[in-house]
Amino acid sequence: MSELTLTVMRLGFLAVLWLFVIVAVQVIRSDLFGTRVTQRGSRRGGGAGGAPQQTGRQSAPPQQRQRRGAPTKLVVSEGTLTGTTVALSGQTITLGRAHDSTIVLDDDYASSRHARIYPDTDGQWIVEDLGSTNGTYLDRTRLTTPTPIPPGAPIRIGKTVIELRK
Amino acid sequence: MSVVTNTTTIGAIELPSRRNTELLLLAFAVVIPIFAYANVGLSIHGKLPPGMLTYGLGLGVLAGLAHLVVRRYAKYADPLLLPIATLLNGLGLVIIYRLDQSERLQNLAKRQFGGFTESAPRQMMYTALALALFAVVLLVLKDHRVLQRFTYISMAASLVLLILPVVPGLGADVFGAKIWISVGGFSIQPGEFAKIVIAIFFAGYLMVKRDALALASRRFMGLYLPRGRDLGPILMIWAMSLLVLVFENDLGTSLLFFGMFVIMLYVATERTSWIVIGLLMSIGGAVVVGTTASHVKVRVTAWLDPFACYSKSGACEQVGQSIMSFGSGGVLGTGWGQGNSDLIGFAANSDFIFSTVGEELGLSGVMAFLLLYGLIIERGVRTALAARDPFGKLFAIGLSGAFSLQIFVVAGGVMGLIPLTGMTMPFLASGGSSVLANWVLIAILIRISDTARRPAPAPAPSPDSEMTQVVRPS
Repeated sequence: MSELTLTVMRLGFLAVLWLFVIVAVQVIRSDLFGTRVTQRGSRRGGGAGGAPQQTGRQSAPPQQRQRRGAPTKLVVSEGTLTGTTVALSGQTITLGRAHDSTIVLDDDYASSRHARIYPDTDGQWIVEDLGSTNGTYLDRTRLTTPTPIPPGAPIRIGKTVIELRK
Repeated sequence: MSVVTNTTTIGAIELPSRRNTELLLLAFAVVIPIFAYANVGLSIHGKLPPGMLTYGLGLGVLAGLAHLVVRRYAKYADPLLLPIATLLNGLGLVIIYRLDQSERLQNLAKRQFGGFTESAPRQMMYTALALALFAVVLLVLKDHRVLQRFTYISMAASLVLLILPVVPGLGADVFGAKIWISVGGFSIQPGEFAKIVIAIFFAGYLMVKRDALALASRRFMGLYLPRGRDLGPILMIWAMSLLVLVFENDLGTSLLFFGMFVIMLYVATERTSWIVIGLLMSIGGAVVVGTTASHVKVRVTAWLDPFACYSKSGACEQVGQSIMSFGSGGVLGTGWGQGNSDLIGFAANSDFIFSTVGEELGLSGVMAFLLLYGLIIERGVRTALAARDPFGKLFAIGLSGAFSLQIFVVAGGVMGLIPLTGMTMPFLASGGSSVLANWVLIAILIRISDTARRPAPAPAPSPDSEMTQVVRPS
C-alpha cells in the first residue's frame, strides 16, 4: 500500500467518525436549542408578501399595538383550577366543560360552552356569556350582553373565579 | 349557538417515534467499522482482510435485528442509544482484530500460555449473544417499574455477585485482582452485572427514603447535615465497597459502586452535602487503602511516576507504554494498524484498549470516542429527565452514572490521570461479561425512554360531561 493511500484512509476515517458524531448531535438538536416555535394566527406588521394569505381569515382581528396597562394574562383565582394562568395573546379564550375549551371547567354549575373572552378591535377584552344555564357574573352582575372587563374585576362561573391581570 | 372562531386549544402533540432516524444512523454505524476493518487489512497485509463480507454482514444483520426488536417492542425509544452502542461495539471488534494481527502479541502469548488464539471471533460471538440478550430484555421487560418489586432481592443478589469471586474454588485470581469466577471453562466477571442489579436496589430504596434523607437535616455552615441515623445506608455502602477493595483488590468496582450511590443520593435528595460527604469518605478510604493494601500500592506508585519504576515493575511498564502510545498518536494518529500499542502486552485488548485508539486515531479519535460515550450518557440523563415515575428517573440516572464513572475510571487510568483500576471500557474491551452487561444496560435505558416518550392514552370521555346542557323545547 502506498503511503498516500494510507494517509487518505487515515484522515478519511477520522472525518467519517466525526461526521457520525455531528449527525448524532443534529438528531438531538432540539434538546440543545429547544424546539422551534412557529407562530400561527395573524402576523403583526405584515409585509406585502403576506397579503394573499391574510384574506382567508376574516375572523382574526388585526392585532393593534398593545395598549399601555392592558392585561397580559388570565388567572384562575378560585375553584378547582386555582393558579392556572393563560397568556392573553389576542386570541379568543373559551370557557366551559367541553373538552375543546381553552379552559376546561370541572364544575357542575358550568355548561359545556359557558362563556368566551375575546379582544375587540381596539384591544379591550370582552366577556360574553354563551347562553349558559347558571350564568356568568362580572363582579356581582349577571351578564346579558358582551361586556368589557374592567381591570381587576372578578368573573365568576359556578365555583370558579377568574381575573385578568397585567 | 354562536360560532367560536380562532380558538387556542391546548392539546398534546404526538411525538414522532424517530425509528427511521435510528435506522439511518444504524446503517451509518455499521458502515464505519467495515471501513475501519478494511483499513486495518490494507495497512497490515496490503490487501482487503479475509472474512470482510462475513464480518460486515454479521454486524449488519445483528444491528438490523436489534432495530426490528426496538421498532416492534419499544416504538418510542430514544433514537441514539442503539446506533452509538452498535458503532462502539463494531469499532471495538475492529481494534481487537487489529491487535490479533500483531506478531508481538502472538509471540508473547505463545511464550506465556503456550499458544495463541484469536480474540476477535470469540468477541463476535459474545456480541451476538449480547444482542440476543438485548432482545430478550426488551421482550420480557414490558415495563421497567416491575423491577421496583425486587428492591431488596436485588440488594441481596448484588451482594452475592460481589462476594462470588472471593469464594474459594469458584473465584479465579488473575494477575492479582480477584474479580472473575470460572464456571465450566468460562470466566465471568460478576461485578459487571452487579452494577445493573445494584442500581435497581438504589433506585427502589432511595425512592422510598428520599424525603427522610432530604428533609430531616440540620443546617451547619451552609450545608445540610443529615441526622446520624440517616447516615446508616451510605456508611454501609461505603464499608461494602471498601471490603470489595480490600478482599478483591478491585479499585474500579468499589469506586463505581460508591460513586453511583452518591450520585443517586444527590439526585434523589437535591442536597449538595451528600456529594461533599461522599467525596470526603472516598478520599479517606482511598488514602487508607492506598497506603496499606500492597496491590493498590503498586498501582499508585505506577500512577505517580511510571517511568521511575519502568524497568522494575510490570504495572509501571504497562502504564508507561500506554502513556507513550497516547503521546506518539499525536493529534491525527498513526492510522489503523500502524501504531505500536501492542507493546503494552497481554492487556492491550482489554484494560488498555483505549491506548490503541489513542495511538492509531490520535487525539481527534479519542475525543470522538469520548463524545460518543458522552452522548450515550446524555441520552441516559435525558431519559431520566423525561421519565414520569420516580423509580424510572433514579434508575436511569443510576445506570448512566455508573456508565460514566466506568468510562472516567478506565480512560483516566490508561491516560495516567488516576491510578489504573482494571475495569473494562464499555463495548470496546475484549470480554464477554462486559459486552453482555452493557447491552443489557442499553436495553433497560431504551425501555425506560420508550415508557417516558410514549404519548399518554387519550382521556376517556367523561360520562356526565353533558349533564347541564340546556334543553330548549322547540
